[in-house]
Amino acid sequence: MSKAIAGTIAGTIAGTIAGTIAGLAPEHCGAPSPEHDDRVTWTAAGRTNSDLLCKGVVELLTLNRNIGGEWTMIRKVLIANRGEIACRIIRTCREMGISTVAVYSDADKDALHVKEADEAVRIGPPPVAQSYLQIDAIIEAAQQTGADALHPGYGLLSENPELARRVAAAGIRFIGPSPEAMAEMGSKVAARSRMKEAGVPLVPGSAGALKDVDHALAEAKAIGYPVMLKASAGGGGIGMQVVGDAEALKKAFASNQARAAAYFGNGEMFIEKLVQSPRHIEVQVLFDEHGNGVYLWERECSIQRRHQKVVEEAPSSFVDATMRKQMGEAALRAARSIGYTNAGTVEFIVDADKNFYFLEMNTRLQVEHPVTEAITGLDLVEWQIRIARGEALTFGQADVRLSGHAIECRVYAEDPVKMLPSPGTVTDLILPQGEGIRNDVSLVAGAAVTPFYDPMIGKLIAYGANRTEAISRMAKAISEYRIEGIRTNLPLLEKIITSEAFAAGETTTEFIQHHISWKE
Amino acid sequence: MTVVATMAGTVLSVLVAVGDSVTDGQDVVVLESMKMEVPVQSEGAGEVSEIHVQPGDFVNEGDPLLELK
Repeated sequence: MSKAIAGTIAGTIAGTIAGTIAGLAPEHCGAPSPEHDDRVTWTAAGRTNSDLLCKGVVELLTLNRNIGGEWTMIRKVLIANRGEIACRIIRTCREMGISTVAVYSDADKDALHVKEADEAVRIGPPPVAQSYLQIDAIIEAAQQTGADALHPGYGLLSENPELARRVAAAGIRFIGPSPEAMAEMGSKVAARSRMKEAGVPLVPGSAGALKDVDHALAEAKAIGYPVMLKASAGGGGIGMQVVGDAEALKKAFASNQARAAAYFGNGEMFIEKLVQSPRHIEVQVLFDEHGNGVYLWERECSIQRRHQKVVEEAPSSFVDATMRKQMGEAALRAARSIGYTNAGTVEFIVDADKNFYFLEMNTRLQVEHPVTEAITGLDLVEWQIRIARGEALTFGQADVRLSGHAIECRVYAEDPVKMLPSPGTVTDLILPQGEGIRNDVSLVAGAAVTPFYDPMIGKLIAYGANRTEAISRMAKAISEYRIEGIRTNLPLLEKIITSEAFAAGETTTEFIQHHISWKE
Repeated sequence: MTVVATMAGTVLSVLVAVGDSVTDGQDVVVLESMKMEVPVQSEGAGEVSEIHVQPGDFVNEGDPLLELK
């Protein structure tokens, strides 16, 4: 079709439907609006009819723009993942009228994501290295089924620039950032210097390697004690030590330097300020491919076990309006400095005095994205797809809603006290329902939880008008959660959510060790 | 005395051989489940008389891993 004809058709379609949807579009097309308040109906009703109608119109508009040559049509998405996130992506694709392809290992042949997708392709035996991490098998599955886009989910290959590169080379749209942006954030050292250039705050530390103990003492004095002494080439905690004052630093310097030299063949040392009682707070960003970007507020993710998040919430009760704006703008600078597109998350470590420092950027959809969806009314997967097909954001920073409070609990198949994995077969499952409750799961009664994959079996999300309401809905939902056949961390989650410390917002990364006791 | 698996998973490595003497609390086998490596400790001292598993084997919680005398 020639450009001239395309232009005429495009204009006609756009003109005809623009009038029809005038009243609908701002409220239901994913654009935030203070009046649009259907989020609490997720559990029972899901999306409203007007949403579906609206999505149909958006599809038409997309097609229309595509004829004009600006947007790419996405008709079929292959989801290179498993578990709850595969099911969650399928749900949005279905709402957008996009068909889906699941991939699965032998261990997942009866899994829910396989049943829910329109098509499914086996990609190998149970171990991830032989299935979900097999780029060749995944691309072959996409080509075989005619998928025109690929969503990587989180974990697995989601932050592997090689997958993004190979997918693009195969003529398939990668739903995520460019491989260059992923690689940029993949190297921690390179990312740190990039962020410094971009004016994103970093944990204060010595500029380069320390020449000797006197140099170390001078730097430490400038930064302020306590500091963390670290080996440049370090890893596994070797050559690393917290020092509280000059005397301790004098004693520690030589011995740590010697140990680092022995272990890594490199005795280069540096120091960083020790962030005490830290909080882990991250900012969600969304960038289209036309240079527009917004931040979708923060998520408080401090409560962790073994460096894995357990409870997340949005917004953070520790962050005030000024800090929210500062963090949001720092996150935008971070993303912009590497030409980031699509959804991403900038993680910060925050000290007790509300200073925040860049930790890393996750170049993918985050596990805890539902809490952001709850307070903004946006569907992040929908926006990932819309951005991937070339659409521009239809809203600016001033339009992004922040209303209410949401909490997510990660349900792990593990012993709540020993925190050891507990695979097995789920014999009975009753998920909690009710006002403001959302379950993202891939489990049904009779399903096997195998030892091959991550222990997270589901996410329970509670939304309320404020934090108190969200906590009380979450507590009720946990008490109603029924899962038999495997052990889960639900008893731990209940202790956290109903604790006074949680109510008081004392959410630091040391929360579980300080506030949870199993002794009666 | 039998040392048993503390969780269901795959045997990643066996750290002792028949004839070795082990102390109370010593790591004897490493299991892997759900992306997590968990060492299994001996709950007493003794000499390893028999090993029931090898790397790659799948075990259920409570399955015997090795015998001490």
